[in-house]
Amino acid sequence: MTYLTLSLTLIFVLIPIILSRTLKLGLEKDTLIATVRSIIQLLAVGYVLQYVFEADNIIFILLMVLLMIGAATQNARRKGDSIRGITWKLFVTFVFIEVLTQSILLGFNIVPPTPQYIIPISGMVIGNSMVLGILFLNRFTAEVESRQDETELILTLGGTPRQAIHTQLITSIKSSTIPTIESQKTIGLVQLPGMMSGQIIAGADPVQAVQFQLLILFLLLTTAVVTSIMLGFLSYPTLFNKRMQFLKLKS
Amino acid sequence: MNQAAIIFQDVNYSAEGLHIIKNITGFFPEGKITTLVGPSGAGKSTLFKLCNGLHSPDSGEILIKGKPIDTYNPIELRRRVGIALQSATMIKGSVLENLELPLTLQEKTIDKEYAEELLHDVGLAGDFLKRNAMDLSGGQKQKLSIARTLVNKPDILLLDEITSSLDRVSQHDIEELIEKINKKYGTTMIWITHNLEQALRIGHFTWVMMNGELIESGESSILENPQDERVKQFVKGEIE
Ligand SMILES: Nc1ncnc2c1ncn2[C@@H]1O[C@H](COP(=O)(O)OP(=O)(O)OP(=O)(O)O)[C@@H](O)[C@H]1O
Ligand SMILES: [Mg+2]
Repeated sequence: MTYLTLSLTLIFVLIPIILSRTLKLGLEKDTLIATVRSIIQLLAVGYVLQYVFEADNIIFILLMVLLMIGAATQNARRKGDSIRGITWKLFVTFVFIEVLTQSILLGFNIVPPTPQYIIPISGMVIGNSMVLGILFLNRFTAEVESRQDETELILTLGGTPRQAIHTQLITSIKSSTIPTIESQKTIGLVQLPGMMSGQIIAGADPVQAVQFQLLILFLLLTTAVVTSIMLGFLSYPTLFNKRMQFLKLKS
Repeated sequence: MNQAAIIFQDVNYSAEGLHIIKNITGFFPEGKITTLVGPSGAGKSTLFKLCNGLHSPDSGEILIKGKPIDTYNPIELRRRVGIALQSATMIKGSVLENLELPLTLQEKTIDKEYAEELLHDVGLAGDFLKRNAMDLSGGQKQKLSIARTLVNKPDILLLDEITSSLDRVSQHDIEELIEKINKKYGTTMIWITHNLEQALRIGHFTWVMMNGELIESGESSILENPQDERVKQFVKGEIE
């Protein structure tokens, strides 16, 4: 694609802006910001990746991954800032997920240990983990807030903090992971996954693209379930103190 | 008074910048029924939560059966000092699941006969066990909530407005039940009520709280003949 054809794609940005203007949807500013940000961010990533691939140095790979984890933490923490110490809890979760998935992928030689594989896969894993983290935290804080009475009741009757928060925890873990599982049931029927589409457009063999997509899907299943569970079990103890008293969420 | 079940010494408690319990010093006599009255927002429910360790005071000391409250294991304490909460909160599920909850939390199950007996005691028919607890009326929830609190067989029973949604007959039945348990097991009772006649009728002893302070306490007859000006007004229904 030349830069001229690329700039023609801005037509797809103009359409929503014009519609938003005419119908007074008030989406112009956000659309513009989103467009500018995606251009700058993706181009920057493109150049950085080019550099990292050529250098083929472990330090650069680690730095890239750390950067991703940092950005993901920064993004997700805002959703969970009512939970004490959420920043490091998210950070630890993302690091754990990354180490877990890469150890399996590289340890069993499922993918070659080159930056071309490690970095994009890390990106997908961490990105998905971040989305799951946000989904989980949204639901969990809402559940905790709306069911304080039940928490209080169970504590009053001599239940442990874990028992007092059990329903909220399980509901939130389930509800945040269900979309990932459900979307895999219809995948390929309604829409082709983005990564697979990209590979096919770029000229890869469709069957190979599918194989790779399957790997990613399964990876994301683990990512989803482990992220929610880990974040849940790291988060709930901060809602209670040593005397097993329920502490309100920070407001 | 032979012994105090609960003693408060200069207890203060604040939440979210609000001074809710103000320097309370007083006691609840062992094996007696103490009624606790006072206007809305006086801090009565909060006082209960201090008594079973759901909250801790910012300063001062609470003694339960002569021992400082924080020497108890919190779970042990909450089983011995039971609260029937004002909200009569139910968990999702059947009446049986709600009644059994204190035992479920200890990985035990309830005996069917015992469950029916408890329901009978609070005036609910045995066939209620299978009903959905969320669908019960306010009064039925209150009855179930009392029965559930009894499952832990507490030494001290804190009752927060447990008859506020009940008709006169049910109210009378619950009063009899509480008096019966008090006589039979010597359970210390503290009963928050907005109904001053009830406070006088059922109480051996009474606390009057206002605005976070303990204004008067003593034999329940203080309600007939209050000393404090504010309590006089409250008893006449001029403060709500
Ligand atoms: N967790 C909390 N955070 C902030 N304020 C609280 C909290 N719990 C209670 N309060 C406040 O403390 C005061 C006393 O509340 P409490 O529920 O103890 O009153 P009460 O005497 O039981 O009233 P009522 O008769 O209406 O039940 C009220 O002003 C209430 O708004
Ligand atoms: Mg109250």
